[in-house]
Amino acid sequence: MAKIHVNTSINGEVVEFLCEPHETLLDVLRNDLQLTGTKEGCASGDCGACSVTVNDALVCSCLVLGVEADGAEIGTIEGVSNKDQLHVIQQKFLEHAALQCGICTPGLVVSTKKLLEENPNPTEEEARYYLAGNLCRCTGYDKIIRAVLDAAETMRGAA
Amino acid sequence: MSEAKQYKYIGTRSIRPDGYDKVTGRANYGADMSLPGMIWGKILRSPHAHAKIKSIDTTKAEALAGVLAVASYADFPSVADEVVASGEGSSNLLDLANNILAKDKVLYHGHAILAIGARTAAIAEQALGLVEIEYEVLKPVLDVNDAMAADAPVLHENMFTQGLAETPTKASNIAARQEFKMGDIEVGFAEADIIVERDFYTPTVHQGYIEPHACTASYDQDGQSMVWCSTQGHFDVRTSTAKLLNLNLNRLKVIASEIGGGFGGKTTVYLEPVALILSRKSGRPVKMIMDRDDVFKASGPGSATRNWVKIGAKKDGTITAMQALLHYEAGAFKGSPVMMGCMTAFTPYAVPNMYVEGYDVVVNKPKVAAYRAPGAPQAEYAAEMVVNEIADKLGIDPIDLRLKNAAKEGTQTIYGPKLKAVGLVECLEAAKNSPHYQAALKENQGRGVAAGFWFNVGGQSSVTLNMNPDGTGTIVEGSPDIGGSRASMQLMAAEELGMPAENLKPIIGDTENVAFSAGTGGSRTTFATGMAVIEAAQDVVRQLKERSAAVWNLTADQIEYQEGETFSGDNRMTVAEICAGAERTGGQITGRGNINARGAGPSFAVHLCDVEVDRDTGKVDVLRYTAVQDAGKAIHPSYVEGQLQGGAAQGIGWALNEEYVYSADGHMENAGFLDYRIPLASDLPMIDAIIVEVPNPFHPFGVRGVGESGIIPPLAATAYAVSQAIGLPITDLPCSPPNVLKVIQDNA
Ligand code: FES
Ligand code: FES
Repeated sequence: MAKIHVNTSINGEVVEFLCEPHETLLDVLRNDLQLTGTKEGCASGDCGACSVTVNDALVCSCLVLGVEADGAEIGTIEGVSNKDQLHVIQQKFLEHAALQCGICTPGLVVSTKKLLEENPNPTEEEARYYLAGNLCRCTGYDKIIRAVLDAAETMRGAA
Repeated sequence: MSEAKQYKYIGTRSIRPDGYDKVTGRANYGADMSLPGMIWGKILRSPHAHAKIKSIDTTKAEALAGVLAVASYADFPSVADEVVASGEGSSNLLDLANNILAKDKVLYHGHAILAIGARTAAIAEQALGLVEIEYEVLKPVLDVNDAMAADAPVLHENMFTQGLAETPTKASNIAARQEFKMGDIEVGFAEADIIVERDFYTPTVHQGYIEPHACTASYDQDGQSMVWCSTQGHFDVRTSTAKLLNLNLNRLKVIASEIGGGFGGKTTVYLEPVALILSRKSGRPVKMIMDRDDVFKASGPGSATRNWVKIGAKKDGTITAMQALLHYEAGAFKGSPVMMGCMTAFTPYAVPNMYVEGYDVVVNKPKVAAYRAPGAPQAEYAAEMVVNEIADKLGIDPIDLRLKNAAKEGTQTIYGPKLKAVGLVECLEAAKNSPHYQAALKENQGRGVAAGFWFNVGGQSSVTLNMNPDGTGTIVEGSPDIGGSRASMQLMAAEELGMPAENLKPIIGDTENVAFSAGTGGSRTTFATGMAVIEAAQDVVRQLKERSAAVWNLTADQIEYQEGETFSGDNRMTVAEICAGAERTGGQITGRGNINARGAGPSFAVHLCDVEVDRDTGKVDVLRYTAVQDAGKAIHPSYVEGQLQGGAAQGIGWALNEEYVYSADGHMENAGFLDYRIPLASDLPMIDAIIVEVPNPFHPFGVRGVGESGIIPPLAATAYAVSQAIGLPITDLPCSPPNVLKVIQDNA
């Protein structure tokens, strides 16, 4: 099968790649572009480990085709921190011990960032429902939710 | 003894040393390793639950452009009928090989048959579709009751029940029977004023780690091989893989990647030997990743069980006798954790008369693997449900009833030793005094209490602590860090050396740069590997004193060490000064800790759960949850709380929703996270974690493992809360909406 040429932007950088028509954006990111921060937990849209933004919409990259990135702006976990400066959300995840194994963390950080853009002052319940698509098997979510709410408060204070 | 001790680093909530990489996506997990020239391996899995393989034809698959190798059972050098230890259990090598690639019979839906290595994953997948296999389909057995029936189809023609007075001559699906007893239950039941007995069912459940099994392997022509994989024990991966492929241990390097959850499920091998075979045959590095469907169908879940429990008590709540009959599914090959079930079922109780009988039964489901306190949740679920029912019937508070009968220091266990210092009473009191226990309930709400016991294990751990010329150090340990254990190692070394934690960097060495260490399982890492870290730190201190003595022309016993400095009289040197001068005093300093840790302290847990049940739909909402557990000494309280909360969440999932659903012909029908529903953020409340600290007398800081006990109480705490809310007994898990609705409707 002929590969397709895709022009896109990832975390603000211009990126071109060739991909098979059936390849998912997740596969392209991980296998072709070596952006392995985005994780695969299910490849069926059920776990959120592969969360990225496409044109500012939060999506499961396992449910998006690589070719759909053409002309779009993609945001991944690799673009959340500012060079050597962690994002407040990342800092709060560390302070609250909101990760154990950490495989869910990139997806949760990306989703939380989007949550707080849309709703800078979520209630616990709003945070729980917004993040319901991001499975974590290790933590029971307690510390994740605390980290998210604390990050929200800190970001509101800074804004 | 550690009670009175004030610590400087231990007990603080430091930022974990591996955290930065994990929140930025830089940490490399099982699937994140690629090598130049690498190809992809995919596995062909059985569409049948039970069938003979009559023929396999790979001609067309091998002819496909881009296909570079095929692996099957025949590629294993002759495998010995021997047992190898791995994780919390052990497996027979023949069974292990047969599970990794079926020999002549497939024993469950998803059983691996052969593997294909190809230039891309898509080509490998396409080639699998070209393999032609002829099966003779057999009737499956999917439940212990069916498997134990006299006329049941037999999985293994050469399996004869072990543990009977006389080994039978007829093969059956009952792999083994065992019993544990103390006192005389007949006498005990005769003393009882009340006796309650019930049958319970718990379904097959999965650990549900978010990261699927994955590895990258490279077999070199000079016979030096490398496996990079996500595992709880890379030394165990090396042992099993080397045995299966007939390699010397020094020819196989296993590197543990970061691990995305395991909970016991990553203590054995599935892909690693296959990837190495494909690599040998293709001459290329090979990457293999299970997809989620594979993980559910063909990795090792936790046993489904059918258990019967009978308990007798006096009017005042004194329990006089406890009896259980346990049946655990092992999956397709023998070796369920039923023995652990027998040993743990009644251990929270100091009762003189106990009898437990257990059966290990094979069925046409994937071979079970360890799952967090393997075997304990199922048996303790049944026991705790009956204890609660007795408390209710006697009109005694369920915590008071437990306090009256609680196991404590000196209590005789059914499995042999007497308990040393343990914290069950303290946990029960903390639960009783918690605000949660005082809170009132409303209509359609219920509260459940349950206790849990897990032994914890010790075992071998090796650590080297390499001091750098600037006085900082690198802690090289061999236990994969699954939940923040590097942070604990760092704190323990900092405490012992009196040095800032950030000056000590813990890393997980591969099988070549640290000596053998048992895997991360049995809640052993902070306990046992922690002891090795302490020993290595003490070894460093010893050498720091020797070096200082050499400089000051004194003997080592004249030197004191404190807070990162040696001193004697007016002489003083910092660790940095000693290390900087090490080239003049005999070269650099390395501390060693190689131990086989004994004295793992059991950890008891007590949980409280409040639920509300919608009587029209059967849906259960968890309203409030409290997990109390004895940590001995919490080295890093946040990660201890995390273990309590995570265990509780998994147990709640087990109680409320999780189960393998099979069709009558043995197809697993819910092999995905949509239909096998683990708890979501929106399903749970905050989980209050209360850490109790009754020091383990056998650990320098008093540590007890905390990883496992927390998954035990939620099953009964949650299910009993449901039964309280609806006013009807619950026996079968999960308490999913249809199941709860059925209980309500059947009793309407
Ligand atoms: S990998 Fe995309 S949702 Fe799970
Ligand atoms: S920290 Fe392991 S899955 Fe979330």
